[in-house]
Amino acid sequence: MIIFAFIRRACMQGVPLLYGSTGEIITEKSGHLNLGIPGIMYMGAIGGIIGGFFFEQTGADFSLWYIKLLAVLIALTTSLLFSCLMGLIYCFLTVTLRANQNVTGLALTTFGVGVGNFFGGSLIKISKADVPTVTLTKTSSCFATHLPFVDKVSQLAEEGRCPMVVSEICSTLFSYSFLAYLSIIIALIASHILMKTRVGLTLRAVGENPATADAAGINVNRYKYISTCIGSMIAGLGGLYYIMDYATGVWSNNGFGDRGWLSVALVIFSLWNPSLAIIGSFLFGGLYIVHNYIPNLTMQAQELFKMSPYIMTLLVLIFVSIKQKKEALPPAHLGQNYFREER
Amino acid sequence: MASELKANKVHEPLFHLAKRDNMPRHKALLIRIASIAVGFVFICVFAFLIVGWNPADILSTMLDGSFGTPNRRWDLFEKTAILLCISVAVTPAFRMRFWNIGAEGQTLISCLAAASCMKLIGTRVPNPLLLLIMLGAAVLAGAIWAVIPAIFKAFWNTNETLFTLMMNYVATQVTSYFVYIWSVPRGSGHVGVINSDSRAGWIVSGQYPYLLNILIVIVMTITTYIYLNYCKQGYEISVVGESENTARYIGINVKIVIIRTMLISGALCGLAGFLIVAGADHTIIANSVGGQGFTAIMVSWLGKFNPLIMSFFAFLLSFLGKGAKEITTLTGLDSAFADIITGFVIFCIIGCEFFIHYSIRFRRKEDKA
Amino acid sequence: MSEPTAASVSETQASVTDNTPVIPAIELRNITKTFGDVVANSGINLSVYRGEILSILGENGSGKTTLMNMISGIYYPDNGHILINGEEVMIRSPKDAFRYRIGMIHQHFKLIDVFTATENIVLGLNDGKYDLDAYEKRVREICDRYGFLLDPRKKIYDMSVSEKQTVEIIKVLFRGADILILDEPTAVLTPQETTRLFDVLRNMKKDGKSIIIITHKLHEVLSLSDRVSVLCKGRYIGTVKTAETNESQLTEMMVGEKVDLNIHRSEPVNTEVRLKVEGLNCKNPDGIPVLKDVSFEAKCGEILGIAGIAGSGQRELLEAIAGLQKLDSGAITYIHPDDGGTEDLRNKSPKQIRELGVRLSFVPEDRLGMGLVGNMGIIDNMMLRSYRKGHGLFLNRSTPSSLAEQIISELQVVTPNAKTPVRRLSGGNVQKVLVGREIAAAPTVLMAAYPVRGLDINSSYLIYNLLNEQKEKGVSVIFVGEDLDVLIELCDRIMVLSSGQVSGIVDPKATPTRANTMKEEIGLLMTSKVANPSENHKEEQHG
Repeated sequence: MIIFAFIRRACMQGVPLLYGSTGEIITEKSGHLNLGIPGIMYMGAIGGIIGGFFFEQTGADFSLWYIKLLAVLIALTTSLLFSCLMGLIYCFLTVTLRANQNVTGLALTTFGVGVGNFFGGSLIKISKADVPTVTLTKTSSCFATHLPFVDKVSQLAEEGRCPMVVSEICSTLFSYSFLAYLSIIIALIASHILMKTRVGLTLRAVGENPATADAAGINVNRYKYISTCIGSMIAGLGGLYYIMDYATGVWSNNGFGDRGWLSVALVIFSLWNPSLAIIGSFLFGGLYIVHNYIPNLTMQAQELFKMSPYIMTLLVLIFVSIKQKKEALPPAHLGQNYFREER
Repeated sequence: MASELKANKVHEPLFHLAKRDNMPRHKALLIRIASIAVGFVFICVFAFLIVGWNPADILSTMLDGSFGTPNRRWDLFEKTAILLCISVAVTPAFRMRFWNIGAEGQTLISCLAAASCMKLIGTRVPNPLLLLIMLGAAVLAGAIWAVIPAIFKAFWNTNETLFTLMMNYVATQVTSYFVYIWSVPRGSGHVGVINSDSRAGWIVSGQYPYLLNILIVIVMTITTYIYLNYCKQGYEISVVGESENTARYIGINVKIVIIRTMLISGALCGLAGFLIVAGADHTIIANSVGGQGFTAIMVSWLGKFNPLIMSFFAFLLSFLGKGAKEITTLTGLDSAFADIITGFVIFCIIGCEFFIHYSIRFRRKEDKA
Repeated sequence: MSEPTAASVSETQASVTDNTPVIPAIELRNITKTFGDVVANSGINLSVYRGEILSILGENGSGKTTLMNMISGIYYPDNGHILINGEEVMIRSPKDAFRYRIGMIHQHFKLIDVFTATENIVLGLNDGKYDLDAYEKRVREICDRYGFLLDPRKKIYDMSVSEKQTVEIIKVLFRGADILILDEPTAVLTPQETTRLFDVLRNMKKDGKSIIIITHKLHEVLSLSDRVSVLCKGRYIGTVKTAETNESQLTEMMVGEKVDLNIHRSEPVNTEVRLKVEGLNCKNPDGIPVLKDVSFEAKCGEILGIAGIAGSGQRELLEAIAGLQKLDSGAITYIHPDDGGTEDLRNKSPKQIRELGVRLSFVPEDRLGMGLVGNMGIIDNMMLRSYRKGHGLFLNRSTPSSLAEQIISELQVVTPNAKTPVRRLSGGNVQKVLVGREIAAAPTVLMAAYPVRGLDINSSYLIYNLLNEQKEKGVSVIFVGEDLDVLIELCDRIMVLSSGQVSGIVDPKATPTRANTMKEEIGLLMTSKVANPSENHKEEQHG
């Protein structure tokens, strides 16, 4: 039965990565390597925390269903606003002002992680609230709500009225919160849009060769802006899921760790395809925690296990570049800003 | 007829952008200074909103935090030195347009190499020899970590940005592995100060705590400046970076230059790692470099890949860090305040380059002309 | 003037079909375009009817492409009128051109490598449902209708040049173009592919399309088009019916009157062979042969001119000699001036060539992309050739610095100082820096590709004088040029390249044997098809 527990943990670990990499894929498809993703995910998380914190401070009655809904909506909105703001900063600097993408992205990460940790650590002091720590248990429980029948099935199983395996399978499939399912839905939609629609075709053209897209009458900058901002908002949801569901609404500085960079790695691993990123994210999630499920593993060996997602990504990167299979390569103009008069 | 045709031009945008490269130096400098000033305005507004201080208080607190006591001054200069060291280290690669963002990993793996020599050899050899061994190990480790992506770039054109990024985390995990092996007490995840009694492998600068570190970095910065601007190899780096076609035309082997330059870049990161372990921390943690490898990339870029200008930006960012720390200590706010204000200033400086390199021409003016 | 909607356009067309032949599909009246001081087109008149193929003939720089860019909305004319189906229109952008059903196929394809043919064709379109299968069907229909051979699902990176060109043409047809402009479509094609393209174009003509084809290959003009309009140096020379003309008349119109340039030319003295090229063959990255069995000798004390239409293998030939182009076969032999010893230069790198003691200087066509580094100052650019000298680690900047000063003063380079990035200098000054540096290396062989392109009169003469000086010093000069007047007055011998082959070597000082002038004779050689048994054989098979 431990295998089911492992799968559940792996999936929960994978969800933030999936959000991050789906967002980054959409951004990279427009030709912009946004290394600010880790910062954006922090922003998404702290955005949700700030919205939820002030809402909880109002003392609303969380037993009412519409208050629960409102709490979720408020945290969701603030989270999306924060991450969208980051996307806008990035776009303004790299698309409009044509600043170096790597430098801008790294600065954005510094800034976003800083904002996250600062408000996470000082929110109480700034708002002069009368609570000891930033703990959004109530809001978090709204986010973590899962389908009711899962509990019923496990109850039945405990009472011996249905096989344990059924209960385990049921909870492995259905015990997650809506944000987890949303991540898969978003990835599938993103995949569909990129590969099967006109918008996707255009977006890919912008990232592959902006001059050609421009000549075909496409507004290159608009596509870059929209894809980067939407990508940022999706990535921000990853932060929100982590803090509201995985971390049960408790902020701890740097708690999000290197998941942002892991998302960037996942983009390469999944060859810029959000559908592959779904599988990849759960694989990476599993690799991230597998050391907990191997008996008698020393602490140092655990650290080596944590290295495996990066090693696998490197191998994919090397393999793809040696094979030179064009579809699996990064968008041809990734990292290069476009200026029409510069040919 | 011509005028009639022109009058009918409608869909034209209001203005258009043109590249320019003839802005006088003093004007460009003025724009850059102004952008830093705008950054400080952001800082003051933000700090006012958060802590309610007026700008004068904020600036004086920051100055006090950086220069108030001799210790603070030494600390500021030491931080500047390490940041500058890594910034200078990544510069040769950047001049070649090789976007190495793996300085964090290259430095960390050298920290690990230096610390392992310190730990494993300890007092068995005289201290100067130990320091030399540590330096050698650190330089070698950094160079190896840097040359791997370079080889793949040279032969298979593997994306170096993504490759070096991944190498950072491999380095982090390798370091974590050894930190757990060496941790005292076992399994605690802390190595503690290495050789705290014998001080083997420590750079000791007498009464001035970090003097030697700072001097080494100054020498290294000037040497790199000379290497890049006055040496044949530095010249080759510039030619490859500017135009691979020209490099071919004059018979430069581009692959060799890429690999050689990354070896040098990594070796210099190794020097930084050595200084962090032997000169300041005397320990190793997975976070020994603390993101300075990434900050250094920004410093190098802000400094236009010129080691001398970089020293100003390394100083500016260290000053922001120290100053912000003072504010947060006094107000009890979180230390991440420093990252936020650093972000403000960097955004402003990055953004201002646009106004130096592009000119905005309004359509209407042109038509009249 | 009102803008015709798609409906009104088709209405007008219907009326045209009824009362043929009256209104041209497209007519240009008195079109003029200038770039700064350069007049690219002046007073051009053209007209094309439905179901007609018009060739526009002219040498490089005669303004053909500029003219077509005005029809397709890339440039806007300073003066003149454009009429579509008899109605005056304004074409301000490529979008406008689409609306008037004008489609241009550029020389440089604008395609996305990882997309399929169909995806490229529909990119940027916005016509309702995005259904790739339906699009593919329509692409197939177009292919069948005109006889294209194309797999709509093939990725661009798997395609040959001619397939890519097919995609570009279908892209235009897919958008409903009635007027097609092809900019030198055969420059990149093999003879078989050219034959196939012409068949397709004839099918389109039968279908009522108007086709404008830009070219400088006479035999193509004669075999394909109904009428020919000739441009020369931005001016409109005239239009003739293909059936009523011949090669020599067209050549005469194309090359224009002989202009006396008064370039000083001394008699070659003490000439001896310095460089011997035998049977060179090489291919471009697409695998198409660009040099075919090229053999010649360059002698010291003379200027060997190389004439040919653009892209006939001039660049590859010089780069092969300079060690920048991989050869498939052939030999390049250098004969030392002192002892007559020989060196084989084939497949050696520029560095190896220099280490052999061969003093070879090369002024490449791409001045700022290859010969110089745009972001570096004159001094640092001087070092490109000499920085390896000496054993130390350090650069010696004092010699290049004095060389830079010397070049600035002797060649009158206009620059703020010797450290100003050369990219900021004007074209003429950039070229002075480059030629000055190459000459300063005291070469025994000096190769210059289009050294006066884009230069004003004074700078051009300065370059001619420099080349003459080198020749008098006993250097073997190889000069690739495009202006025939210059080649005839400057060079001692002229080798003519046509499609990567040597079509002849003429003596510009001699009186031509045939009734043609020297200029016409070279013009004919440039556009002639060199007999090549293997190719003729293939063509026969194809036909």
